[in-house]
Amino acid sequence: MRTDDAAPPPATLADLTQVLRSKNAGPTLLTLDLFFKDAAGYARAATSPALSGPAVAALYQVSPAQVQRHLLPTLLAIKYALPRRVCAGTPGDGDVYGAQQHAPLLGIVP
Amino acid sequence: MTASERLLLQHRAQDGPLRILAASGQLGYGIPEAALQRGLARQPHLIGCDMGSIDPGPYYLGSGEMAAPAAMVYRDLELVLTAAVAQGIPLIIGSAGTAGARPQLDATVAMVRAIAQARGLRFRLTTVASDVAAEPVVQALLAGQLTPIGPMPLPSEAEIRQCSHIVGQCGTETLARALREPTDVLIAGRACDTAVFATLPEMLGYPVGLCQHMAKIIECTSLCCQPSARDAMLAELDMDGFTLESMNPLAHATPASVAAHALYEQADPFEVDEPTGTLLLQQAQYQALDAHRTRVSGAQWRPRGEATLKIEGAARVGERCVLLAGVADPTLLAELDNILQAVETRVRQLVPGDWTLYPHIYGQGAVRPLPPAQQSRHEAGLVVEFIAPSADLARTASGVFKQNLLHHGFAGRHCSAGNLAFAFTPSELNAGTAYRFVLYHVMQAAPLAELFQIETCTVDGSPSGARR
Repeated sequence: MRTDDAAPPPATLADLTQVLRSKNAGPTLLTLDLFFKDAAGYARAATSPALSGPAVAALYQVSPAQVQRHLLPTLLAIKYALPRRVCAGTPGDGDVYGAQQHAPLLGIVP
Repeated sequence: MTASERLLLQHRAQDGPLRILAASGQLGYGIPEAALQRGLARQPHLIGCDMGSIDPGPYYLGSGEMAAPAAMVYRDLELVLTAAVAQGIPLIIGSAGTAGARPQLDATVAMVRAIAQARGLRFRLTTVASDVAAEPVVQALLAGQLTPIGPMPLPSEAEIRQCSHIVGQCGTETLARALREPTDVLIAGRACDTAVFATLPEMLGYPVGLCQHMAKIIECTSLCCQPSARDAMLAELDMDGFTLESMNPLAHATPASVAAHALYEQADPFEVDEPTGTLLLQQAQYQALDAHRTRVSGAQWRPRGEATLKIEGAARVGERCVLLAGVADPTLLAELDNILQAVETRVRQLVPGDWTLYPHIYGQGAVRPLPPAQQSRHEAGLVVEFIAPSADLARTASGVFKQNLLHHGFAGRHCSAGNLAFAFTPSELNAGTAYRFVLYHVMQAAPLAELFQIETCTVDGSPSGARR
């Protein structure tokens, strides 16, 4: 049986980006930076409904009005800023630096 | 003549670029020595070190303790201090001792004095204290002059007064005031990371936008490189731009890595608010000089009429005890939320008092919310925070909770000998005092010259100084 006829799995953000990171921007905000490997991947992501501000708001369970999105075509980058669930380091917080909040984006197919 | 006086009197932009060496972005975690020595061999005009941040959370501001290990802080301070004094280069250290509150500034200065004694160093030391008393903050609150940064609630008057420390981030306006004092070594309490590196260049007349952009990139040393590193970073600044070069030959400042770093920890990629104005990056250009160095130009600056003040305050929440255990039974894992609630209910009857628990179930969404299908059913780590007014109560609640969870019966239970796997005992650990941020606000119309206390003195650890 030939297997090379099968369609390749669709490319995810984990495939398309060279850096996909999250970090606090101060203790109240989280910022997500996506740096794409090439212009094609960036263009696909920048126009994808799956990566619109409201879609990312839904993924992070915040209201759409709270998400800012910046397209940076010269850097092949997209940046989001959104509120943290709790202020960094308040009892119950699970990620004081906000450095592991990128994971929900990795599997997105733009 | 002190190092700062010499630089301010003698350096002229037309004589050549100003060399700024960022020796550390986190002083106290081990400055890589080879790169530092390479940087010193380039004869920098200024050595800057960032020593703190709000990133590590409210504990350090609340407690006044340093995050970095004291022995490593001493080592790093000794490296930069001996080099700066020997070569007559101004040394600027910002956000002393992590959060830059008074106890941390004092501890840093005490270490600097001890190093001066041990190494026989003599220099002029200027300090900036960044502590803000509760009263002016309360007055600002009542006058409507306190603005939250991000989704931060306005505190009550009582919450402001409960803060164990409140600090303001001093900017270039304050460090310039400090550097008008004859200074070899400047140690500031809480300071804008950028002010550490931008103040002297601004005082020398370099364009403010370039100074601030340069400072924003090098304040984390070689983190802006590919691959990123912690080694000293050199900026060569002129009137038209600056050149970035890592002192680690294997960490390359590329246009992409440098431009990416300008976005780091920043909500807005084009406009960066600083106390005295806004850095505008829309026109910024990044150009490779070779495989190792990048030239940066184009940043603009929009000055603000009156410098603003960002304040940070942390208050005690209670004493913390933490229970650590593993769980591997699939039935238990499927029911863990309900079981924890049932055990909490039972423990509340046994241990009265004002204690709170926060379960973190690693493998089931402790780091971020996880849909049920992704939640671990083979193994999970359980970290339960207990917070109470006293350490005894937190410990009691934690211990009783542990034993009740260990032997809790549930439908379909096979593991009747115990529900928890302990890596060690005691599995409950006292974790000290818990704090939270109460203040992360802009305070308008703050009297900066009154708030930031500048002191200056001669530190003399030389043999002749000891005889005097």
